Amino acid sequence: MRAPSSHELAVGEVLLAVEDVSLSFGGVRALSEVSFNIRKGEIRAIIGPNGAGKTSMLNVVNGFYQPQSGRIVFKGETRSQMRPYAAAQGGIARTFQNLALFRGMTTLDNIMAGRTLKMKRGFFWQLIRHGPALQEEIEHRRRVEEIIDFLEIASIRRTQVGRLPYGLQKRVELGRALAMEPDLLLLDEPMAGMNLEEKEDMSRFIIDVNQQYGTTIALIEHDIGVVMDLSDRVVVLDYGRRIADGTPDEVRRDKNVIRAYLGEPHGVSA
Amino acid sequence: MDILHKIFIEPFLQMGTAPDLLVQTLWDGLVSGVLYSLIALGFVLIFKASGVFNFAQGIMVVFAALTLVGLHEHGVPAFVALGLTVLVMFALAFGVERLMLRPLVNQSSIILFMATFGLTYLLIGLGQLVFGGDPKVMIAKDLYLPSGAIEYKGLGGFVSLQKIDIAAVIIASLMVAVLAVFFQRTRIGRALRAVADSHQAALSVGISLEQIWVIVWFAAGIVALTTGIMWGARSEVSFSLQIIALKALPVLILGGFTSIPGAIVGGLIIGIGEKLGEFYWGPLLGGGIESWLAYVIALGFLIFRPQGLFGEKLIERI
Amino acid sequence: MLYREAGQYKTSYAADMAVFPILQDRIGLVVILFIAFVVLPLVGNEFLLNAVLIPFLIFSLAAIGLNLLTGYAGLLSLGTGAFMGVGAYACLKLTTTLPQVDIVVWILVSGFFSAAVGVLFGLPSLRIKGFYLAVATLAAQFFLEWCFIRVPWLFNYSVSGAIEVPLRTFMGIPITGPTATPLTRYLVVLSIVTVMTWFASNLVHGRIGRMWMAVRDMDLAAELIGIRLLRTKLLAFAVSSFYCGVAGAMLVFLWYGGAEADVFAVDQSFLVLFMIIIGGLGTLIGSFFGAALIYILPIALRAIPAAFGLPIRPATAEQMTFVIVGILIVAFLVLEPNGLARLWQIGKQKLRIWPFPY
Repeated sequence: MRAPSSHELAVGEVLLAVEDVSLSFGGVRALSEVSFNIRKGEIRAIIGPNGAGKTSMLNVVNGFYQPQSGRIVFKGETRSQMRPYAAAQGGIARTFQNLALFRGMTTLDNIMAGRTLKMKRGFFWQLIRHGPALQEEIEHRRRVEEIIDFLEIASIRRTQVGRLPYGLQKRVELGRALAMEPDLLLLDEPMAGMNLEEKEDMSRFIIDVNQQYGTTIALIEHDIGVVMDLSDRVVVLDYGRRIADGTPDEVRRDKNVIRAYLGEPHGVSA
Repeated sequence: MDILHKIFIEPFLQMGTAPDLLVQTLWDGLVSGVLYSLIALGFVLIFKASGVFNFAQGIMVVFAALTLVGLHEHGVPAFVALGLTVLVMFALAFGVERLMLRPLVNQSSIILFMATFGLTYLLIGLGQLVFGGDPKVMIAKDLYLPSGAIEYKGLGGFVSLQKIDIAAVIIASLMVAVLAVFFQRTRIGRALRAVADSHQAALSVGISLEQIWVIVWFAAGIVALTTGIMWGARSEVSFSLQIIALKALPVLILGGFTSIPGAIVGGLIIGIGEKLGEFYWGPLLGGGIESWLAYVIALGFLIFRPQGLFGEKLIERI
Repeated sequence: MLYREAGQYKTSYAADMAVFPILQDRIGLVVILFIAFVVLPLVGNEFLLNAVLIPFLIFSLAAIGLNLLTGYAGLLSLGTGAFMGVGAYACLKLTTTLPQVDIVVWILVSGFFSAAVGVLFGLPSLRIKGFYLAVATLAAQFFLEWCFIRVPWLFNYSVSGAIEVPLRTFMGIPITGPTATPLTRYLVVLSIVTVMTWFASNLVHGRIGRMWMAVRDMDLAAELIGIRLLRTKLLAFAVSSFYCGVAGAMLVFLWYGGAEADVFAVDQSFLVLFMIIIGGLGTLIGSFFGAALIYILPIALRAIPAAFGLPIRPATAEQMTFVIVGILIVAFLVLEPNGLARLWQIGKQKLRIWPFPY
């Protein structure tokens, strides 16, 4: 189903790397010389206490924020800044912590919007619609329906997304990101606000996306159980710095990580 | 080359060689700037506290002035008429809150904007029905407002300052000072700022939105009345005045929609800039550039500072 | 019972994505077109055509134009009047310079001039958003108004400062100028509006419509899925101004027969904005509803005292119209802030289940 992309990169090679990225807003240092990489085909988790800079990191990768220093290496190309359009074109898609759906549009339209980059028929064909433009719409509609089936949201296809419950909105957002057929999928707290059942569904979707479509996934998540189960590798941020990087087991035992989450023991046995 | 000379050199030469004209133009600009500020102030008050862009502010100016003059025409003594007009503006504020703001609470700002548009139509029609559509003379004398001019001979010529203009500047400044103190120091002022920040948060600490809105629309009504008196005294009271209200928009752009000092600074910049532009550069273009110069000035500022001079920089979080 | 979808299965995506998927809607559309093109010309009297239908169609087109920009793309514009004016003056210059070319062609071409001006004044939209953008469009509005008065070349140096519409024919039949009949003008306007509405409908149902709505709803997210903001916004300005320009040209050439500059003043901008808000932002049918209500309502209100034989001075009637329209607007916004289009939608939904309650 997916067109082959980044064929120069084999599974396991570095798809995206950030090197010494620093980001500040006015006086606030969000990221301080953070470096890590993401390998093709893996599920990489980014974790850390609140305010650690995780979302800022994703925003830098996306091109939403421009870092003051550092480099971003994506598919072999090094740049000092990413632009949103370049990120989208390069195959990076994203979901958001606070949902960024197009609230005035239906589920179907939202996900179809994700196909925008792939729709080529120009203005004049759009004016008359019947003919090549309609053909293109139908072709992309087919793909979108596959995603809708995959995410089990067929029944809310024509509902305006603003009216959907939170959990379903998150699914629609995932659908929109999937519609871009991304090489790298950035998920910002996809499980936030979900109950156990919903989390299991979402985990299943994430694993399926990774295994069926081969999509590389970077994931910010607070639920440590989910992180341990899903991810291949984990990077831990605290106050804008990287404090650990490795497999889930390695990270779980890392002293710095424990201190960041639980604090220093005060003479009470840990 | 000649064009460049005309645009960049000549006007300044003119300014230098006839300083009395320059001062006159600056003064005229200051006065109209002060009046723009007053109108902008009305907008800011309402926008700050209810998030509504009150298109009807301009017609409120006319309506207030009309009511005052109209009552006086029917034999009511000047200051009694003034008091009654104040009551009318209160009734208007009350009515607007009850019948317009309350049913439309939580609607998008464009809906509220359109509602004030409806209010404008209503006030135009009502004003004309009750008081007639002809222009009227403001009862300046009866309100003890000065007339005549102070002439200053010097600077190579003479400068004429209308006393009513001086009065306008003083009264407007007083009004702004009073409002500023009111907002910063009093309990109600604090409540107003809270409401401007977040309706829901204000509600949760027990502030009555309805009361605040009545107060704020009433304050805007008083500002409108003052503006109407001042402006009416300088020219006349007619419905064409409400178009002037649109001029307040560039002022708000410069000063920000929620800043009282911004409304003042913006008004002065626009007023003076407009007059200078029209007087020294206008002839190059055939005159009449006052109609759009203010907007272009505002547009220029916006390109560099999309949130206006005093507005808060929007940090968009995603 | 009448308005049922039961039994209408869609067996292809094409059928599902049709603009009017329900059969009854399609029949309704055919009926309306039949009435517009066949019945009304036969039964309509001059007053109906001249004073009601032609301006209604023209304003609907302008409303569609503004709705594309403000309703679909979320870019508030107060320059509609000026953009209509650009179309009108462009048409005048085009037809005076090359009178042998068909006036209908020139009416459509003048849209391109409007579009160019629209794009120019839309450039600030990359940096400026929301209400502030509206003020930028006001700058365009006032500047262009000034041009319409101060640049005599635009109105062919006529002494009165107004546009004078010359006689033009189409296949031997006078279309513009004093000898053109209301019927001919009506049919020309109707044809142009029908075709352009069809184009607008195609645009909003496809990729471009989605791009506009995405930019409207959350431009940051739109950027991140690969939508180029400036191009999309400028396209909206261009298309919208095109529609307004054609409407303006038709206003002068096929309705008024002449115009003074104040026809395209800022009042016009507000009027059209009014129409789309009452009619329904982000809908095409709302543009028609809004134009109908805002344009026809005052006419109806003025006609009422006469119909009842009440002796009211015209000035008073005018003022009362203002008051009533003002009250109606507020009342209407309280009732249904999403406009007439939403009421229509709700009505259709109720009709689907009628005569059952749910």
